[in-house]
Amino acid sequence: MTVHVRFFASLRERLDIGDQDVAVTAGVTVADIWRQVLGEREMPSNILAAVNMEYVPFTAPVQDGDEVAFFPPVTGG
Amino acid sequence: MLVEILEQPFDPWRRLQAYQDTQLAPGQFGATAAFVGTMRDFNAGDNVRGMQLEHYPGMTEKYLEQISQAAAARWELLDSMILHRVGALAPNDPIVLVAVWSAHRKDAFEASRWLMEELKSRAPFWKKEQLTEGERWVEGNTDGY
Repeated sequence: MTVHVRFFASLRERLDIGDQDVAVTAGVTVADIWRQVLGEREMPSNILAAVNMEYVPFTAPVQDGDEVAFFPPVTGG
Repeated sequence: MLVEILEQPFDPWRRLQAYQDTQLAPGQFGATAAFVGTMRDFNAGDNVRGMQLEHYPGMTEKYLEQISQAAAARWELLDSMILHRVGALAPNDPIVLVAVWSAHRKDAFEASRWLMEELKSRAPFWKKEQLTEGERWVEGNTDGY
């Protein structure tokens, strides 16, 4: 199965990484997606994650066709 | 209820008046509470000459709609509007307008404050400041309370 992975703001620049489609096996979590895309690069402790544009914990399961996003703390307003 | 992401400069007061004139029933609202956030030319001891505001198209609108609906469920509101800029901003540009209408001030004050704090803490926007020399991402929002 395939998921679309996105990175935003300072995280995207620091990792120097763009949006990408990633082939994954069934039963993976958000944290597994990070490891698959970034290998051993440690996830910053303040990073937030969303699946299909809803906040999720890193233990959340991921389904075929999902959009998984990683981003730093928000600074709007 | 209105949620809008704006790529061009806007006048929050004109937008608020126009929305009230066209969307609110005359005689029904007794309290309008509005918050406008405006870009400063300083932050953390440095001069700031410009700012780039990034968002997550789709999720940002969805989140702002969710908190608007949550506010409407929690308080007695007649209507609400949230407008937020993205793209290139200059000092003195309005960044955000949060406005709510209610029969009474308690609900209007409390809901507008809650909406603004939810937006600041969870809505996916990110600011990158252009300084006199170089640029930097804003690391986090200050506590509103």
